[in-house]
Amino acid sequence: MSQSLEHSLTSWSGQALKHQASWIDDIDARVRVVCSTLFAFVVVSSQFFTPALLGLFCALILVKASKLNIKRTLRRVVAMDLFMLTLICILPFTTPGDAMFTVFGLTASWQGLLHALLITVKANAVLLVLFSLVATMSASTLGHALAHLKVPDKLVHLMLFMVRYLDVISQEYKKMRRAMQARAFVLRTNLHTWKSIGYLFGMLLIRSVERAERIADAMKCRGFCGRYYLNDEMKIRSIDWIFAIVFISFLLLLIGLNIDGLFK
Amino acid sequence: MAYSNKPLIKIEDLSYAYPRRGSVLNAVNFALHEGERVVINGDNGAGKTTLLHLIVGLKKAKQGQVFGFGQPCKTEKEFNRLRAKAGLLFQDPDDQLFCPTVLEDVMFGPLNLGFTKQQAIDKSIQTLADLGMQGFESRITHQLSGGEKRMITLASVLVMEPQVLILDEPTNALDEKAKGRLLAVLKALPQAMIIISHDKLFSEQLATRQLTLKEGALIDEEPTNNNVAVA
Repeated sequence: MSQSLEHSLTSWSGQALKHQASWIDDIDARVRVVCSTLFAFVVVSSQFFTPALLGLFCALILVKASKLNIKRTLRRVVAMDLFMLTLICILPFTTPGDAMFTVFGLTASWQGLLHALLITVKANAVLLVLFSLVATMSASTLGHALAHLKVPDKLVHLMLFMVRYLDVISQEYKKMRRAMQARAFVLRTNLHTWKSIGYLFGMLLIRSVERAERIADAMKCRGFCGRYYLNDEMKIRSIDWIFAIVFISFLLLLIGLNIDGLFK
Repeated sequence: MAYSNKPLIKIEDLSYAYPRRGSVLNAVNFALHEGERVVINGDNGAGKTTLLHLIVGLKKAKQGQVFGFGQPCKTEKEFNRLRAKAGLLFQDPDDQLFCPTVLEDVMFGPLNLGFTKQQAIDKSIQTLADLGMQGFESRITHQLSGGEKRMITLASVLVMEPQVLILDEPTNALDEKAKGRLLAVLKALPQAMIIISHDKLFSEQLATRQLTLKEGALIDEEPTNNNVAVA
C-alpha cells in the first residue's frame, strides 16, 4: 500500500508527462487549457452516444498526435477505469427501466447500463484530452498559463508552490519511512502501526509548516512584500489560431449533434 | 570614505528568549565593519541562527537595538530596507529556491527591488555567469545537486548587490569539491560577511575575526587553537 502512495506522491514532481516532441507542444499553453476546458464541458454535458463517441475519437487522435508514452498513459487510464467499472456494476441496479437480468431480487436495467457506459466514454474522452493537451506541458508552464488567463493569483501561487515542494515533502516522507524500516518497522494491523503512521504524518505536517515558515522568511529576506512576478510572455501565433478554430468548430459540431438529438 | 569607519551592522544589548527554552541571547553586542569576515562559532542550539535572524528582523528582539547602515531598525519597513543590503543565505537551500526554474528564482530579488523584467533578467544572467553558473537559467531548481543549489542561492542573494553577506552554515552537506569552489568564490567577494560554520578548515581560511557564542554572550576569540578541544 505504501508503495502506491509513494508512487502517487512523486509521479507528478513538476514535470510534464513523458512524451516525444510533437506539434502539440508548439501550441500556446493558454489555448490548450481553454480548449480542453471547453471540451470537458461540452462532452460531459452530452446526452447521447454519438457526440460522446466522437469526442472519444477526437481524444484518441490527439493522444496519437501528441506522441504520448502509450504505456504510461494506459496505466493512468486504467486507474480511472477501475473506478468506472464499479459504476458499471452499480448503476444498472439503481436506474429504473427495462429489465436486463435479476440478481437476488434486484433488477438490472438496460438504461442503467447504457447510462454507465455513456459516463465511461465521456470520462475517458476528457481524461485523454487532458493528457494530450494539458499534461504534456510542465506544471510551471501550466501555472503561468493559468495566471495569464486571469485565474486568481493566490490559486496560481498555491499551485506553483505545490509543484515546487511536493517533491521535497515526499522526499521527507520517504526519508522518515526508510528510517522506520531501518528500525524493523513493518505495517501490521495493530495499534502500534496505527500510532506510528499517525506520528509519521503528524511529523510530516509539522515539518511542512516549519518549512513553509522558513520559505516565507527567505522570501522576505529578498524583499518580498506580497507581489509575485511571472517572467514569461506568451504570444498567440497563427498555429494557435488554427488549432483553436478547428477545435472549437469540432466542439460546435458536438453541440449541434446534441441539440439535434433533443428534437428527435 | 567617511563611511568606512562606521560599522555596517551594529547590535546593542540584544536579548532573545524562546518560550520554553529560556533565554538564548543575553545582551549581545556586536559590530560588523567594512571588509570584515566574521565567523561566529558555538555549539548546536547556542543561538547562532537566532542571532542572524534577529539581525535581519525575521525575529523580533525582546530587548536591544539593531542598527543597519547607521539607521536604527525597528519596524518591518526599516528591516525591509536593511534586508535589501544584507543578504542572508539560509541553511537549507531548498528553503530559498522556491521558484520552478533557476532564472525565476534569481530574478525574484531584483523584481522586488523594483527593477524591470528585462533588467532583472540581465542582472540575473550576469550574476550567474560571475559565479560560473552560466547555462543553468532554465534548469529546474529541485533537480540540482547540493553544490549547485548552494551556488544558485548565493547568486540569488548576490544579484541584489548587498553590502553585507550573512551565511548560515554555507558548507552544510557539501562535498570537498563544492566546498572548495564556494570558498574560492566567497574569498573573491568584496562584501563584509557574517558566517556561521562548523567547518573549522573552511572558517579559518575565510575569517578575519572569530567570535564564539556561549551561554547567550558573544566572546572574542584569539586566533589560536585553544578552542580545538573535543566537541
